[in-house]
Amino acid sequence: MNEKKPAFDAKALKRIIKLLFEFYPVMFPATIVCIIFSAVTASIPALFIQKVIAVIEKWVETRDWIAAKAEIVPMLLILCVLYVLSILSVFIYTRLMAVITQGYLSKLRCKMFDSMQNLPIKYFDTNKHGDIMSHYTNDIDAIRELISQSIPALINSLTIVLAVLAIMLYFSVWLTVIVLVGVFFMLLVSKKVGGGSAKYFVKNQISMGKAEGFVQEMMNGQKVIKVFCHEKECMDEFDNVNEALCNDCRKAHAYANVLGPIIQNIGNVLYVIMAMIGGLFIILKVKNLSFMGYATLEISVLVPFLNMVKQFTGNVNQLSQQINLIVMAAAGGSRIFSLMDEEPESDDGYVTLVNAEIDENGNVKETDKRTGKWAWKHPHGDGTTTYTPLRGDVRMVNVDFSYKADKQILYDVSVYAEPGQKVAFVGATGAGKTTITNLINRFYDIEDGKIRYDGININKIRKSDLRRSLGIVLQDTNLFTGTVIDNIRYGRLDATDIECMKAAELAGADDFITRLPNGYNTELTNNGSNLSQGQRQLIAIARAAVADPPVMILDEATSSIDTRTEAIVQRGMDKLMEGRTVFVIAHRLSTVMNSDIIMVLDHGRIIEKGSHQKLIEEKGTYYQLYTGAFELE
Amino acid sequence: MIKRLSKSVREYKKPAIITLLLIIGEAVIETIIPYITAELVNRIKDGIDMNYIIRTGIILIVMACLSLMCGGFAGFTCANASAGFAKNLRKDIFGKIQGFTFQNIDKFSSASLVTRMTTDVNNVQMSFMMLIRIAIRSPLMLIFSVVMAFIMGGKLAATFVVIIPVLTFGLIMIAKKAMPAFRSVFRKYDKLNESIEENVRAMRVVKGFSRENYEKKKFRDASDNICVDFTKAEKIVALNRPIMQFCVNFNLVFILYVGSKMIITGDGANIDVGQLSAMLTYGFQVLMSLMMLSMIYVMLTLSAESAKRICEVLSEEPALTNPENPIYEIKDGSIDFDGVSFKYFKHAKLSALLNIDLHIESGMTVGILGGTGSSKSSMVQLIPRLYDTTEGVVKVGGVDVKDYDIESLRSSVAMVLQKNLLFSGTIKENLRWGNEDATDEELIEACKLAQADDFIQAFPDKYDTFIEQGGSNVSGGQKQRICIARALLKKPKILILDDSTSAVDMKTDAKIREGFRKFIPETTKLIIAQRIASIQDADLIIVMDNGKIVATGKHDDLLASCGIYQEVYAQQTNGGDSDE
Repeated sequence: MNEKKPAFDAKALKRIIKLLFEFYPVMFPATIVCIIFSAVTASIPALFIQKVIAVIEKWVETRDWIAAKAEIVPMLLILCVLYVLSILSVFIYTRLMAVITQGYLSKLRCKMFDSMQNLPIKYFDTNKHGDIMSHYTNDIDAIRELISQSIPALINSLTIVLAVLAIMLYFSVWLTVIVLVGVFFMLLVSKKVGGGSAKYFVKNQISMGKAEGFVQEMMNGQKVIKVFCHEKECMDEFDNVNEALCNDCRKAHAYANVLGPIIQNIGNVLYVIMAMIGGLFIILKVKNLSFMGYATLEISVLVPFLNMVKQFTGNVNQLSQQINLIVMAAAGGSRIFSLMDEEPESDDGYVTLVNAEIDENGNVKETDKRTGKWAWKHPHGDGTTTYTPLRGDVRMVNVDFSYKADKQILYDVSVYAEPGQKVAFVGATGAGKTTITNLINRFYDIEDGKIRYDGININKIRKSDLRRSLGIVLQDTNLFTGTVIDNIRYGRLDATDIECMKAAELAGADDFITRLPNGYNTELTNNGSNLSQGQRQLIAIARAAVADPPVMILDEATSSIDTRTEAIVQRGMDKLMEGRTVFVIAHRLSTVMNSDIIMVLDHGRIIEKGSHQKLIEEKGTYYQLYTGAFELE
Repeated sequence: MIKRLSKSVREYKKPAIITLLLIIGEAVIETIIPYITAELVNRIKDGIDMNYIIRTGIILIVMACLSLMCGGFAGFTCANASAGFAKNLRKDIFGKIQGFTFQNIDKFSSASLVTRMTTDVNNVQMSFMMLIRIAIRSPLMLIFSVVMAFIMGGKLAATFVVIIPVLTFGLIMIAKKAMPAFRSVFRKYDKLNESIEENVRAMRVVKGFSRENYEKKKFRDASDNICVDFTKAEKIVALNRPIMQFCVNFNLVFILYVGSKMIITGDGANIDVGQLSAMLTYGFQVLMSLMMLSMIYVMLTLSAESAKRICEVLSEEPALTNPENPIYEIKDGSIDFDGVSFKYFKHAKLSALLNIDLHIESGMTVGILGGTGSSKSSMVQLIPRLYDTTEGVVKVGGVDVKDYDIESLRSSVAMVLQKNLLFSGTIKENLRWGNEDATDEELIEACKLAQADDFIQAFPDKYDTFIEQGGSNVSGGQKQRICIARALLKKPKILILDDSTSAVDMKTDAKIREGFRKFIPETTKLIIAQRIASIQDADLIIVMDNGKIVATGKHDDLLASCGIYQEVYAQQTNGGDSDE
């Protein structure tokens, strides 16, 4: 019915079904059997009704109810048995369907979430978050409709259609051919109207997205709108978007609404035509070709046949109603699968981070306990394993990098950070500061050059272990729904409450946290919207502190904290940074001044490096920045 | 709630009513068709009378056409009415939000407003469509069918007297049990989606701490939990079908048995075989209608939640309104705070501002300094009446701000917000927010003053450069300067910069201030800044701490007398805070 539509993704539909069998190899086929069984039992009564009517005809003249009863009751009893079985199978399959639908969705969601967790950061940098989210909401919903509604309806209606078709053929081939001609028309209309409806539903989805985007932007900028008294203009613009959405929505629903009455009434007309043709056949004594033989058409055949026509067209109608849902589900599925089929973040690392005990001779021993000391476990090709103590020595040598092939971001960057050193990056927006940190923790992989961590090529280190050894605090702080202490504990899941509080103290966050209504147990929602940006940053610093990593990356970590508070935080940070290798990115020169090395970046190149003192004396770009003659952007 | 929502139907009342009428027509025809077909079948049985068959056939075909017309048109009008209703509803919500004051805006998160305008409106729209299409049709079909059944079947129709109450009871019980289950699971489902969003946004943190597996497990648990609840709820609803099936089957067996007895014994002489099969059809229609009704019942109650959320917005009263006889003329840029206190929420324990007395003459340049949370922004937001004071009076040009026409006041008091935004559109379009009718020369002039002209001219498309949503394709400093230019285009009497040059370098910052002095000397300028350098040559500097003014004066006075000022100054000078 719908294979020919260009918007229709049959492959995705196939895969949705395939997953159904994969997730429920027994249950789903069992459900299908139940549905078919109940459908068959639903189409059999037509035969019984016919027989009962024949019995009535037989005895109605003599009015012998006793005799008739003797024939009718057994028939009805068989019917009752059939019905009990049918109800039972309906009962079973509807329950199974409830389990399967929800289970399937849950499994699909988890599968999608798992795949998403394995995607590289690049995916999230290049896809709108709203789009990713819609896979979990709109697309999953579309699939829910397909599984819970369309699939049972399809199996059910198809079975009935086939069963009825068989019975019809059994009665009369000629009449069946006429019915099929009618059905052909129905399918034609379904394809036309249903296709139009599906097309507009997809369009509707797109304009819905547009409207959502517009509303989102306006809601975020509502305060600016107020300040500029721009309400009227916004209303006008919104009216346009709204009108377009309304149009598509109207068309989509109009097509969908009209389909039912059309199919149904074609059914009605077909019924009448069948009655007329049947009557004509009987009058003209046309020979009836059927499985019962080649004889004239009888009234006793025509009457049940007419009933079957009704049943037949009714179910074709049912089928046509599913077109929309199927097309939408296929579209949703194809989007979901494209997310699941994204290339996951590769990880060929085999060097792992282990707890270590180091004796006075410098010998490293692996242990299960948390000792506060760590070592890189490095298995070699010859079967031996060496242990390198984790020190926090990071070297980048001649690194080139670009996000997009045509725009190189870093040129020949070399950075040496010895254990315990504080290395700062200064430069305009887009100079490549954040990019460097993205490379160290392998959010992105370098194109040329090498990066070594304690002498080990970072490509050899398992990504999760590499990142575990690096603490990051970013400018845009992201907190999770949950309590304050849970958020801090995110840095190290087995940290005790006391350890978390100590970390908060170190970060200078303890002060305001204890003043929150529930202290450390205050619930944060909506990315901590009940806190100020500065407070969020303090929690993020505490979170990194509790992880206790040997290397820290602070990317504009204190940018939203006013200078007075920063001074307080700075003291905590200095304590935190003691003995650690730290990479600092900051706009504020006061934040980076006391670094061991300051790197000035310009358009992806390191143009100056050295201590504050040295750079001031050189009177280069840093000096100009320091004296305020230069703008950082 | 329904009253509130139905206000949004407006011009779509007509298609809605037409839909109802057409649907009634369709329902009437649909109940008559089985009646006539039953006649037809009977006649065929009695022997073929071709004339009769053709006559009845034509009647039936005409009826089918009528039914098609009714149903088809109803489909159109219904889609029209419901899409229009949704449109009006969205418009009303959006319009309402445009009328919101800052106080109202603070109350709703922007994400929740977006959900209300999309998902919630969709739910209400679907319910509305169901309501005008099915909610009338089903009871009608029910009544028609029962009546017809009684007309045709007489005593046989008694079966409905038994079945209808049984089925109704069953369906209601199911709906009653299922609904709370669904409601709670939907809430959980929303939460799950929120947590996914959180995860997507925080992906750098997740990966940075290599918490992928932790997140996976967390998600799996949440998803499993929801799955269990959902399955429970759906299992309850799944009972609908077997119960329905049972009733249909019972009905069939009953009618077959009793009907055949009636026919044969001649007990109900008026019944015959044709009517018997019509009875079966009616029976099915009755049960389908009941099923539909129970479905609507569930749909409506579920979307009631959405309706409630929409009404929350629609019934939100703007926290401040225009005075009755507003003053449109703002005399000059003088500002007075007389004993002003301010709380964000009526019942808030802490005042954001406490006893502020302040007098600023027209044309002055005023610097405001203070730490995070010292309520600098709160104070200046009272001047264009973005909030109303809790106590005391704020005057502009010697007149209480509450006496001005709000729009006039705000076009005279230009404010560059701390959390500033550009909208998707060209730079020109963004600038014209300040003044729609501004000529290109005026735009350039304002940008020159805000030191934005140079970099804009350097863009390939110059003033027609497209700004992405949120201004993500210009740097922080550039964004701030465009925002300042936008405010300048209002030609305001008072200009407020709330930390608006923080990303601009000192030299440019100084140039902007110099431009202000030279070109808009009569405008009162309020500058909130973190950098002392940005305000040290102001006519008046205000130092704030914890919602109070702790000191006022010129740079040298404060350096001599104010502890906080000294501290900040010391930090910034030896800290080399040239830039932030």
